[in-house]
Amino acid sequence: MSSSAPTTTRERLIVIGNGMAGMRTVEELLKLDPTRFDITVFGAEPHVNYDRIMLSSVLAGEKSVDDIVINSREWYAENHITLHAGDAAVSIDAKARTVTSASGLTLPYDRLLLATGSKPIVPPIPGLNLPGVCAFRDLKDVDTMIDAAATYRRAVVIGGGLLGLEAAWGLKRRGMDVSVVHLMPTLMERQLDEAAARLLQHDLTERGISFFTDGQTEEVTGTDRVTGIRLADGRATDADLVVVAIGIRPDVDLARTAGLDVNRGIVVGDNMGTTDPDIFAVGECAEHRGQCVGLVAPIWDMARVCAHHLAGGDAMVYAAQATATRLKITGIDVYSAGLLKAGEDEDEIVLRDKRRGSYRKLILREGQVVGTVLYGNVTDGDWYFDLIRRGTDISDISDRMIISRAATQSGGAAPALDIAAMPDDTQICGCNGVCKGAIVEAITTKNLTTYDEVKSHTKASASCGTCAPLVREILAATLGIEVAAPAIPTLCKCTACTHEDIRAAITTQSLKTQQQVRAALGWTTPDGCASCRPALNYYLLCAWPGEYQDDSRSRFINERVHANVQKDGTYSVIPRMWGGTATPGELAAIASVASKYNVAEIKITGGQRLGIYGIRKQDLPAVWGELNEAGLVSGHAYAKGLRTVKTCVGLEWCRFGTQDSTTLGKRLERMAWGNWTPHKFKMAVSGCPRNCAESTIKDFGVICVDSGFDLLVAGNGGIELRGTDKLCSVATEDEVLEYAAAYMQLYREEARYLDRTAPWMERVGIDYVRARIVHDAEGRRALQARFLHAQSFLQDDPWAERAKQGVDAHEFTPLEALT
Amino acid sequence: MTTTTTLNWVQVCHLADILPLGARVIPSPKGEIAIFRCTDDSVFAIRNRCPHKHGPLSEGIVHGHRVACPLHSWVIDLETGEAAAPDIGCTPKIPVRVENGVVWLAAA
Repeated sequence: MSSSAPTTTRERLIVIGNGMAGMRTVEELLKLDPTRFDITVFGAEPHVNYDRIMLSSVLAGEKSVDDIVINSREWYAENHITLHAGDAAVSIDAKARTVTSASGLTLPYDRLLLATGSKPIVPPIPGLNLPGVCAFRDLKDVDTMIDAAATYRRAVVIGGGLLGLEAAWGLKRRGMDVSVVHLMPTLMERQLDEAAARLLQHDLTERGISFFTDGQTEEVTGTDRVTGIRLADGRATDADLVVVAIGIRPDVDLARTAGLDVNRGIVVGDNMGTTDPDIFAVGECAEHRGQCVGLVAPIWDMARVCAHHLAGGDAMVYAAQATATRLKITGIDVYSAGLLKAGEDEDEIVLRDKRRGSYRKLILREGQVVGTVLYGNVTDGDWYFDLIRRGTDISDISDRMIISRAATQSGGAAPALDIAAMPDDTQICGCNGVCKGAIVEAITTKNLTTYDEVKSHTKASASCGTCAPLVREILAATLGIEVAAPAIPTLCKCTACTHEDIRAAITTQSLKTQQQVRAALGWTTPDGCASCRPALNYYLLCAWPGEYQDDSRSRFINERVHANVQKDGTYSVIPRMWGGTATPGELAAIASVASKYNVAEIKITGGQRLGIYGIRKQDLPAVWGELNEAGLVSGHAYAKGLRTVKTCVGLEWCRFGTQDSTTLGKRLERMAWGNWTPHKFKMAVSGCPRNCAESTIKDFGVICVDSGFDLLVAGNGGIELRGTDKLCSVATEDEVLEYAAAYMQLYREEARYLDRTAPWMERVGIDYVRARIVHDAEGRRALQARFLHAQSFLQDDPWAERAKQGVDAHEFTPLEALT
Repeated sequence: MTTTTTLNWVQVCHLADILPLGARVIPSPKGEIAIFRCTDDSVFAIRNRCPHKHGPLSEGIVHGHRVACPLHSWVIDLETGEAAAPDIGCTPKIPVRVENGVVWLAAA
């Protein structure tokens, strides 16, 4: 048990405002000096600290309130912070150095931090006090909106800026008819140029939101509740809910009572101190050198600087930096930074791609980028923004940089990523929300020297791993060593061997069990770890088909129980539906199982099959048994192995079809099912170049053409989108099968465990794969033969083995309960 | 003075009911208990709840005297119930002993 902190020797810090800026400052302070202060927090809202930026996601139903909590009550308790949530501070006596709250509490302070944030701007319009009118600022507003959406139909949002549009989209998602009234001719005029704003308005109109631009609201009408709005030019519309989102203004009322200097915001110096040396201010309520900010990145900087000074430092200063804007509306990507329009001294480069609905503009001045507006594809936004911030000379690349970063850099003169110039708040790991600054700090304060240490301490790259190269570069830059080419990774911490070393040893030294591999290659652990065991199991299974005994205790849960564990602990059951087809008998069996076991949901999966969700673990064998009776087998939807073969209806039914794509898909699936691969493997067959089966983002895709079949490889629609490379064209279905088997076997034999085909292809290149599969007919047939040999041992339905033969019965039966 | 608490030992299964490097689950009024067997035939029992996000530890991969949570790969030391550094957290242990191939658990 933790004891409460001693109170006599510590200075007293009161924080007014329990929002993002205030609590971020407290977090930074606790990192610097956890025992300096007794901390008391007053928050007007009756909640713990939450991520206000995510309110629009809560409104849109994409996140729950719990998802956006930043610090739980336990965090306050663990850090000995007294939280008065729902008890707003109402006055400050700067002479006596006390704060008084709405409940009448008066507390003394040694240091005071104001983080009061902003208030919504309320325009002088009659009717704003009617029930059914709210702002879009806090959880209470979101509750009001969600409740209204449940009961009423028509919503009007006043304000077509960032906040107003996110509110409109959230209400639309919740089923309301939504109109947006905007004073200006184009939306988001502070962040977007006219062209991008038009595209945005067009896309939102397509999604069913209507607009009144050039619209000045004159009155909100209604007697007991809002019924509509009327504009100055006479236009009017009905409304059951009116959301006012025309902007925010720093909340400076308390600062005034304390006698601090206040303009638009509370005036602060470079140390975030106000005109009273004991009082600091951070966040939206602060005005630094005439500027108030409302974006998170500069506020994090303020928090760091303020914490440094509260902890007794005197070195750090806050300097305003350029900021970039993004809109959080699902499926609509907008990015802007710096200037929006060229003046007399600037040039513009514009790229419009009407077909893709994308737009990019760069504003250049004297060989530097000074502004960008992106609509549609915004993946290069951070790169352009970085060039703006660093003032990089782009004369050499200005002719092609508008196309994309990739196109620019493959053209040669690309500048290497400059880690030193990367700002601390650059988010490196999107999965775990880790910024560059946190990584550097962990490296320096905890003396980390290896990538693995950085990963386990910061969690950067610990989830999807996409950012691992960047994390390595930051480590190298922080330690001041040369950035070496990425080393070939070792399998795990148990060994110094690479994946390639191990695979070579398995075949050349005839190692046939995991123990033999670990003994021969000097493992440091007796039974390996959760990383190497599944990998070794796969490598041995691949090298010694029919000989190596699959080790269920070296499989991840889903592969061990042949079902996907869901987050509530139940399982999903997804039978194979060959080529996406079904018979009436199969459908009846699925329906019968679903009602008998009272399943939570039946869903058509992304891979053209029916998934049955919400099965208890102990019921799995019985469910599988009944499905088996109807001829259904495991769809391996849990496997690092062949998943689905997606098909379109093809020549049989479609007027554009050139070949029988459904039958070809079934033949591929019959050939490849049951196979284990380094990671999951998806296929598709489209009957014509219209590509309805999305063959161009599959591990192996086929597009049928009049003259035969185009074979496509190494596509991926997941975290990182990658279109396929064309392997070759072939004339017959049998050739498609031969090439598919050979390609899959090459991947099985040469990719690292947990590599999808896309990163593997990035490493080896399509030319290598063509050399092995297309230009070496003998090699191709040998690969195909090895694939089919392996299949002769792998095509047993794991569900039947468990339902009928009692395989792994212990998995599905709990022991007798304790009473 | 030492205080002695009398433990209520209950027979739960045979050692052979748990595969080496495997686990079984015992439902109990206070929530599930996961019982693990390592390669050296030592047996451990802890609550079937990872201290991180409550993942079912019984479904994890057992290695040495440790188990990796199936949800986010936190590694829990079966001897102490503690998460491996740098993660911080602890899963309650339940006393367990093996006699003549029979596994006994101390019910609280």
